[in-house]
Amino acid sequence: MDELIIGGEKFASRLIMGTGGAPSLEVLDQALAASGTELTTVAMRRLDPSAPGSVLDVLRERRIKVLPNTAGCFTAGEAVLTARLAREALGTNWVKLEVIADERTLLPDPIETFDAAERLVADGFVVLPYIGDDPALARRLEQAGCAAVMPLGAPIGSGLGIRNPHNIELIVEAASVPVILDAGIGTASDAALAMELGCDAVLLATAVTRAQKPELMAAAMKLAVQAGRMARQAGRIPRRRYAEASSPMHP
Amino acid sequence: MNVTINGAAHEVPHGTTVAQAVRTLTEATKGVAVAVNDEVVTRGSWETTALADRDRVEVLTAVQGG
Repeated sequence: MDELIIGGEKFASRLIMGTGGAPSLEVLDQALAASGTELTTVAMRRLDPSAPGSVLDVLRERRIKVLPNTAGCFTAGEAVLTARLAREALGTNWVKLEVIADERTLLPDPIETFDAAERLVADGFVVLPYIGDDPALARRLEQAGCAAVMPLGAPIGSGLGIRNPHNIELIVEAASVPVILDAGIGTASDAALAMELGCDAVLLATAVTRAQKPELMAAAMKLAVQAGRMARQAGRIPRRRYAEASSPMHP
Repeated sequence: MNVTINGAAHEVPHGTTVAQAVRTLTEATKGVAVAVNDEVVTRGSWETTALADRDRVEVLTAVQGG
């Protein structure tokens, strides 16, 4: 079995899903089922007594492991508190660490992220930090004890794909923890490319939840991640400037 | 005394506990976490932790996101 292993835990699926942006819990449920995911993020927010249903019920029914995130946090202190509240509410010490720099780009703040990662690792968390496509930062976070690194392909929800494939390759080459391409995926070929570049998994939400047919796109993403992984393992041919005949040239 | 629960001002009797504050929002105890003045109060301590005047109580749960 070609399993993804994060923090000692094994997953058959290499597609990690987010739950943001789905028009309803029913649509989300069908999309998650079609994606084959075994690990899915949720956010922590003030309890709203009028909210109908819970995303947690959907995940529990599907036996999908919940990965709380710290979305909406701008400082290390906020992120550490949010992670601790998630641990208390959900009974998991896993956290997708997300500390953003500003609301316009939602780009991750590297300084606050690193500070929070150190504190959460020391507090016994399995930390999966969302970061820019920065090989140096990825290496430092791995050294700090993070269980994975999650570089972005492009800004959250942008659907721009992988803007700097070369940096993603550099991160993959140096990492000995899983590299999870997070954010920016627009369509199936983006997810396949992430895996072809050597990423161990892909995390996406918007590309599925805001697709015209979320369930169908989720199925496409599942196949794309599988295809990209297989292509990576198969070993692609080198790129050439000129043709190389695949048939004998002379009779 | 006055406390805020999820940003809303509440006037509550002295001796009000974290558990009572949570019950103003929900009967649920699973899938919910509480911070008072930015410090987590673990579920086992809700009944025995009394609030003080001007405490900020945050009651959080998981929602769609990420």
